[in-house]
Amino acid sequence: MLVRIVFAAVAAFPIVFMLVSSLKPDQQIFGDMSSVAAFLPIGNISLDNYTAVFDRVPAARFLINSIGVSAVTVVLGIFINSLCAFGLSRMEVRGKRVVFTAILATLIVPFQTLALPLVWWVNQLPYFELNGFSLEISKGWLDTYQVQIIPFIANAFSIYLYHQYFESIPKELDEAARIDGAGWFKIYRQVVMPLAGPATATVAILTFLPAWNSYLWPLMVVQSEELRPVMIGIQYFFQLNVSWGEVMAYASLITVPVVILFIAFQRSFINSIASSGVKG
Amino acid sequence: MTTTQLPSRRPAVPATSASPHTPRHRRPGYLREQLSGWGMIAPAAVLLLAFVFLPAILGFGLAFTNARLISPRPVEFVGTDNFARLFADPTFWRALLNVSYFAVVVVPVQSGLALAMALLINKKFRGVNFFRTIYFLPVVTSMVVVSLLWLFMYRKDGLINELLSTFSFGLIQGADWLNDPATAMPAIIALSIWQAAGFHMIIWLAGLQSISGELYEAAQLDGASRWHQFRYVTWPGLKHTRSLVLVTITIQALGLFDQVSVMTQGGPLDSTTTIIYEAVRSGFKQQETSYASAISLVFFVLVLLISAVQRYLTREKD
Amino acid sequence: MNKRFTRILATSIAAAALVGSLGACGKGSASATSDGTSEITMWTHNAGNPEELAAIKSVVDSYNKSGAAKAQIKVQAFPQDSYNDSVVSAAAAGKLPCIVDIDGPNVPNWAWAKYLTPLKLSADLSKNLPSTVAKWEGQTYAVGYYDVALAMLARASDLKAAGVRAATVEKPWTKEEFQDALTKLKALGKWQYPLDMGTAGSGEWLPYAYSPFLQSFGADLINRDGFQSADGTLNGDKAVAWAEWFRGLADQGFMAKKSGKDSTQDFLNNKSGLLYTGSWAADKARTALGKDLVVMPTVDLGNGPKVGGASWQWGVTSGCKNADAAMDYLSYSLKPENLAAVAKATGTIPATDEAAALLPAFAEGGANRIFMEFSRNYAVMRPETPAYPFIATEYGKAVQDILAGADPKTVLDKAVKAIDANIKSNGGYKN
Repeated sequence: MLVRIVFAAVAAFPIVFMLVSSLKPDQQIFGDMSSVAAFLPIGNISLDNYTAVFDRVPAARFLINSIGVSAVTVVLGIFINSLCAFGLSRMEVRGKRVVFTAILATLIVPFQTLALPLVWWVNQLPYFELNGFSLEISKGWLDTYQVQIIPFIANAFSIYLYHQYFESIPKELDEAARIDGAGWFKIYRQVVMPLAGPATATVAILTFLPAWNSYLWPLMVVQSEELRPVMIGIQYFFQLNVSWGEVMAYASLITVPVVILFIAFQRSFINSIASSGVKG
Repeated sequence: MTTTQLPSRRPAVPATSASPHTPRHRRPGYLREQLSGWGMIAPAAVLLLAFVFLPAILGFGLAFTNARLISPRPVEFVGTDNFARLFADPTFWRALLNVSYFAVVVVPVQSGLALAMALLINKKFRGVNFFRTIYFLPVVTSMVVVSLLWLFMYRKDGLINELLSTFSFGLIQGADWLNDPATAMPAIIALSIWQAAGFHMIIWLAGLQSISGELYEAAQLDGASRWHQFRYVTWPGLKHTRSLVLVTITIQALGLFDQVSVMTQGGPLDSTTTIIYEAVRSGFKQQETSYASAISLVFFVLVLLISAVQRYLTREKD
Repeated sequence: MNKRFTRILATSIAAAALVGSLGACGKGSASATSDGTSEITMWTHNAGNPEELAAIKSVVDSYNKSGAAKAQIKVQAFPQDSYNDSVVSAAAAGKLPCIVDIDGPNVPNWAWAKYLTPLKLSADLSKNLPSTVAKWEGQTYAVGYYDVALAMLARASDLKAAGVRAATVEKPWTKEEFQDALTKLKALGKWQYPLDMGTAGSGEWLPYAYSPFLQSFGADLINRDGFQSADGTLNGDKAVAWAEWFRGLADQGFMAKKSGKDSTQDFLNNKSGLLYTGSWAADKARTALGKDLVVMPTVDLGNGPKVGGASWQWGVTSGCKNADAAMDYLSYSLKPENLAAVAKATGTIPATDEAAALLPAFAEGGANRIFMEFSRNYAVMRPETPAYPFIATEYGKAVQDILAGADPKTVLDKAVKAIDANIKSNGGYKN
């Protein structure tokens, strides 16, 4: 137990620093840094930094953008990636080894390499817009929501995670369902996916994070302020006169949704160990 | 609705409804299976093709040209010039050395710590949710905040040195961590492990969940101690998770960029520069897109080789 | 469990629909370069800087409302640090707005890349502070509303206690006097490092802040005759002398090799006695220290005190379909009252004397007039060459390496080699 507490202290102290500093004026943040006071909410405590944040930055808008973009990426990702993993692991498909290896190879490409060609390429793609009753086709995805979402739905990491998890679910269950007359999609939906709770929770949180933290890509493709995500918002505070208290307040604000999501999904991380039997 | 006994992990050859002598492709439903299978794989595959493969090939292709980020001059094909320049550049080799050093330390230590943390919170006890959340916090905190704080802590008069001297009763005098070429990388290593361990803890947890509780019960009935349970039930059960963690930590380690960019900018004296940092620096800051592409291509091949070797070494010895 | 999956499926369908509808109404309006007529877009770097943004917006508003407006200007603000990257990406995709602002030293590079078109303004630029007009190959490509200047700030009480004379524009500190002042300040024993030069900085700060010292020694970043080579200039004896002097400041314990993240804040918290910073920090310091603040020129290291010149400037992009309107707006914005409004809001040096006359702080005898003198007397432009971004990164790295203890000649030679190779591989950056 002591070990747990030590780990917890080590893990938590920067967050404590951030939260505490968000309540202090700039001068005090730097003054306190040389002592334990950096972690204590003492001195000139107020919520001034938070109000200043909302004055300087459309924080609410950024939060909504990020939550929306990340959530859609994750949800669509869960569906598409698990489907792919299902096909690769439980079905006899010619050439699946090759496809799987190719998919894994995409884990290796660093995003910075892709960034510029992707910007150019994404701007060549057509775009459908509903204008009254007509469907307009224009070119280029720059400065939209879908450019922040669609390139990131398919994710080799999620596919791999699901693949490994599916491998551990016995194939007899498929057979049983097939004898009952179920098609492959039904097996996927009603047999395998319900058992993959922990994998889904893991994938959800582990793909939400990069989507939430994405900085380089929105920088390059989002131009209007209405569409910007939270990480670009941090840059607003680094002007010639940096306002550190506001940085801390903003950083605290943007940590909250992720923590909430994590807490919500936590339950799925722990199954009841006693009943991992299969209900027929 | 009865609970059936869980069979061993690798079931025997699944029974087919046809006789064993019917060739596979004559099995009824084969074509349907192919189509359904491809139908399931297709959406992800198409997306990856369009948004990863295509730009990657474009990007890697640029390595053979003299493309610039900003330039009115037409792009020309220059063959392997960029690679010749790259391999002659001592900074590149230093970067390679740095990431190797980083990876060799981080991969075992971080995965080990993450596993330890996962084991610590894999039980049900009061407050387990609290601990789980706390352990995950470093992953969630923004890099900006993390780097600001650690930059300050690593100063000669900073928190780390104070703690060191307190715990060693004044024996250890801490160094100027980020300004000394010898200690800068270890400092970055410590920070990185601290930041990312929670991420891999989650992966280990998912793996631990997939081990059947009945195996533990059986082991306990046989009178196995905690260590024996770990060695003979947990560890083998984590085989697949292990390879996933290993692969992802290695790739992340070799691709180290964020911390270096924010805290040390590759210094002091190139002691913390990394391959990706050099690629971003030359591509974005110095506008030498083609040179950056060459670096990225070399990185890609390097990681591919290392991952292939890893998979080979940890393959299923069936 | 089945229900849960159906729920997920339903959510994703709803989400897809949401994406679709968001996409339809979410397409941003930032780069609406509608064919020529009624609206043109302007990008600027000051998102998160409410004062500057408000000042710019009010100029835009007054233009838009004036009957003579040739088009309606729409402002899109970006955060400063990432602004250049956003512009470059937009250029790569071919979607730049009509008007952009540019950090001064980047103008030749963007002009060479054909992002910018030469300016044809109705305003007279001859009376502007020279550092606010950006020229390349004989053409003017950008013009700024203001400039900033570097200075040394200190507390008068500290100087008095140490027995150090305050430097003035007529009599700045010489190299020896500076050394003497630092020794005396350190002897006071009040701070670990008496001098703070912001050595934790990165990016453009490094060449902006430290190349003036190089120039004050008599060296330079590149041979400005033709801008083809840095050999002999950046790695000559004078340059090595600069490097040794600079590193010496850290070796003698006068300044930290890597300062704190916010030097101004540290100075105000009494963690240092002498602060090297820009005019943007003056107001903050004055508020905190009042009469105890003394603003001094930078050090004369042999060739006179030097400070960097040129801050953010405005230009028109070459793809602009309504360049006429863009130029018209720029001319309008250069009127003295507009310049004064912007300079007042940002605490910067206005570009013309006329504008300065409208601001008490910058008029004769005003508190900030001294910065104007610094700019007029000491400002040296960073080399006006398309090679500048590359030179800046090489020099920045050289500074960090020198501070970290590397041999100055080796470091500078390496930088020169890289710079010369880069210039050559770009065909001399000729048009």
